[in-house]
Amino acid sequence: MSRRVSAANEKVNATIEHGTVGRRAAGHPAAGAAARALGRFDSVRFLLVCAAGVLAAVGVAHTAAAGLVDPEIAIGFGALIAVGELARLTMPGNREVAPIGAAAALGYTLLLDMGDVPARHSALQVVAVLTVGMTAGALPHLAVGRPPKLDAMARRLFTGGLLALAYRPLADGLFGLTRGRGEGWWPPLGVMALLIALMVLADVVLAAVLRAERVRAAFRVVLRDELRSAAPLWSAVSASGILLALASHSMGMAALLVFAAPLLVTQVAFRKYAGIRATYLQTVRALARVTEVGGYVEPGHSHRVSRMAVAIGRELGMAEPELLELEYAALMHDIGQLSLRDPIPGGATVLTDRGQARRIAELGAEVIRQTGVLDRVAEAVRRQCDSCAEDPPQASRIIKAANAYDDLVGGSTDRVRAAAALDRIRLGAGDEYDPEIVEAMTRVIGRLVPARRG
Amino acid sequence: MRGLPWFAKVYLGAVIGTAWALIGHSVLVSARLAPLDWSTLLVLALLFLVCESVPTLLNVRQAAVSVSFSAALAAVVLVGPEGAALVGMTAVFSVRPGLPLVKRLFNGAQFAICGFVAGWVYKRLLGGHPVIPSIAGFDDLIVPFAGAAAVFVPLNFVLIAVVLVTTGQAHQVPLRGLAQFLVSYLGYATFGLLIAGLWTTVNSISAVLVLLPLFVARWAFGQYLAQQRAYDATIAALCQAVETKDYYTRGHCTRVSLASGMIAEEIGMGPERLRAIRYAGMLHDVGKLGVPTKVLQKDGPLTEEEYAAIQLHPMRGLEIVRGIDFLDEAFAGIMHHHERQDGKGYPMGLAGDEIPEFARIIAVADAFDSMTSDRSYRGARPVEEAVAELRKGAGTQFDPVMVAAFVRAVDRDGWEPPRKVVPLPADASQTTTKDHDDPTAPIQVVSER
Repeated sequence: MSRRVSAANEKVNATIEHGTVGRRAAGHPAAGAAARALGRFDSVRFLLVCAAGVLAAVGVAHTAAAGLVDPEIAIGFGALIAVGELARLTMPGNREVAPIGAAAALGYTLLLDMGDVPARHSALQVVAVLTVGMTAGALPHLAVGRPPKLDAMARRLFTGGLLALAYRPLADGLFGLTRGRGEGWWPPLGVMALLIALMVLADVVLAAVLRAERVRAAFRVVLRDELRSAAPLWSAVSASGILLALASHSMGMAALLVFAAPLLVTQVAFRKYAGIRATYLQTVRALARVTEVGGYVEPGHSHRVSRMAVAIGRELGMAEPELLELEYAALMHDIGQLSLRDPIPGGATVLTDRGQARRIAELGAEVIRQTGVLDRVAEAVRRQCDSCAEDPPQASRIIKAANAYDDLVGGSTDRVRAAAALDRIRLGAGDEYDPEIVEAMTRVIGRLVPARRG
Repeated sequence: MRGLPWFAKVYLGAVIGTAWALIGHSVLVSARLAPLDWSTLLVLALLFLVCESVPTLLNVRQAAVSVSFSAALAAVVLVGPEGAALVGMTAVFSVRPGLPLVKRLFNGAQFAICGFVAGWVYKRLLGGHPVIPSIAGFDDLIVPFAGAAAVFVPLNFVLIAVVLVTTGQAHQVPLRGLAQFLVSYLGYATFGLLIAGLWTTVNSISAVLVLLPLFVARWAFGQYLAQQRAYDATIAALCQAVETKDYYTRGHCTRVSLASGMIAEEIGMGPERLRAIRYAGMLHDVGKLGVPTKVLQKDGPLTEEEYAAIQLHPMRGLEIVRGIDFLDEAFAGIMHHHERQDGKGYPMGLAGDEIPEFARIIAVADAFDSMTSDRSYRGARPVEEAVAELRKGAGTQFDPVMVAAFVRAVDRDGWEPPRKVVPLPADASQTTTKDHDDPTAPIQVVSER
């Protein structure tokens, strides 16, 4: 089967490339925008990477000069950190996480003793082990052409380093407490929990700052999104980290082995969850294109409308779950057209008569309702033609405006055409279109269109 | 209990009786020989109860793998066989509304038996009465613990499997997912060891620390399962939307997905590939939308150009679904589902083994569903006739192995053909007069030269 299939694949590739020429052309200006964004200098991201780099360099240099304290422990934990980095995964919302690595790093940082022998490694040694472990774990990914997200990795290293700097100086005193007769393990446990909480908070805030800068959204909204998505994973990781430090007290190095299995269960669960979430979005995106392949709408229409709708939603401060629903609804807003026997010429729903458009919206909503899980998405699609007076959901109003804009402008990147389309939509503001949304759209287009000319 | 066969009743009675005898024995022995550590026992029993009350459905069908297993094994280490039996017995009181008394009694009994036997094995391997492990003694714990877990799991499995078999639910015994089942038990066993190992340091806090990641994992699995279900429903709904254009082919994608899954299961595909082929079967015809309606519905022979348009539909389908993160095999299945064994199919004209396995499976499922469904130009054929047609085409059009596998599966599980298309469609023009999938009505092409 080998040779003919590969020939077949080549042919398919040719067909597909042919099919996406339109998209490619539309995508090219976006590349220009990315270059400009780089030129504008993503300040926080750059600072973070620099800080992490300096921290790593100092840690490694210091450890190299002073020599490795307790090399066996360092190698054991370093190996687990490397494994964790190797098994990193991408959670919904393009968030790169490495739970096993993070838990191992926490464990190494919090370690008081190994089988009753006090652990004496310094904070800078923790940073060095983190750096070496993470690099080792990232190399195989790099070798197969999957570079890590630099900012995510820098964040992991940076916050881990901060915790080490705060905790390691206390380690000796805390270990002394566990020897004493009184409270024993309770005070160290409290200190661990408190410092971890502070570290997680720092990590979430950093993530939110980075994200707000990247997706151009309000910091407050992004912070809430980050907190929501970080809470389950971080609670598992912190519990495991403390557990690892405590387990090393009674089990010695065996703790590392025993502990790897339970965390694996958590990791597998999250990987599966992230996988299905990604597939879900890809599938909706892919199947939204059937309307284009069938000639019902212009090529790329659904994607452009969904991109625009999500940008408007962000501008209006929508939270992530709502944005996801908005994206689904925008992708599938024309799916009702599949029930038509013949495509509407040009596919421009804004130009067809009202009754027809409503019927298509109803049919589309019916299809989406069949899924049994996307009820709000179905509602957004059903009411996408409603005028402001009928008080449709916000998602419907956004889709209506984004759809109208794309029907008028299409894949064109011409500034004059964009301005004319905006003017025309503004005429209907207050009546057909929500003025607030039209304003938000104007801002979004103002950002996109000049860039497209470059 | 009523309505059960007598041997099931005897079995249930025997298990429950044995368990209570063991408990009685334990209480007597512990009163005489080694006094039980009642406070530890109480904490463990509470922990066990909490875990037992929230059984987690892992990815194995029907097998409620419960976290309580970890607590039971921790009890084996910390309070010995007698204590473990007592802890296991508390399963009777688990908070699971609607669970009948017999099931409760049996659950408690089987946990008690498993706990006692595992505890006995542990004691033997350890060579002394179990005590709360000290820091120095931890390494000596691992082998006896592994032994105890190795006895606990199979015993637990057998006790439950026998119930399922005797009550006529043999098909529910999760033999297929056994490997996965054992791996997850291995994970839970480790949790048990962790709880036991940390008991000296922070006693009951260790349970919280161990269980927190576990509950997060459980939550994530729950989310995953919910998303999975939502995903399956969504993909089915969207595929059906693609089909609404043609009145007669409604439900085709779902049935092809089902039939492809039956064949794949019959030839022993693993769970991941099985899921992939179900999706491939579901999506195999989405590219049909790229074929102009007038060509699909044309009565009479097609011109070469029109035939070329039809031949393109697998590629169009591939083009649509390409961005989805499926197994590559699924794409190959969609791309080549109209290839024939004799090399006369399309789009590439592959023959025999050159055709990807997924495509050979989908081809059989596709043709079979087409034949057993109503078409505007003929009624649905009976299953037997369609099977005969498949057999006739085996070797020329279809892969004989897949045909045989499908026939076996249909003979065993039966096949539910689509409901008769009773009402005549209001808009009669919305039907195809030809079905490109139908092997008994091959497309005729007139040469233009």
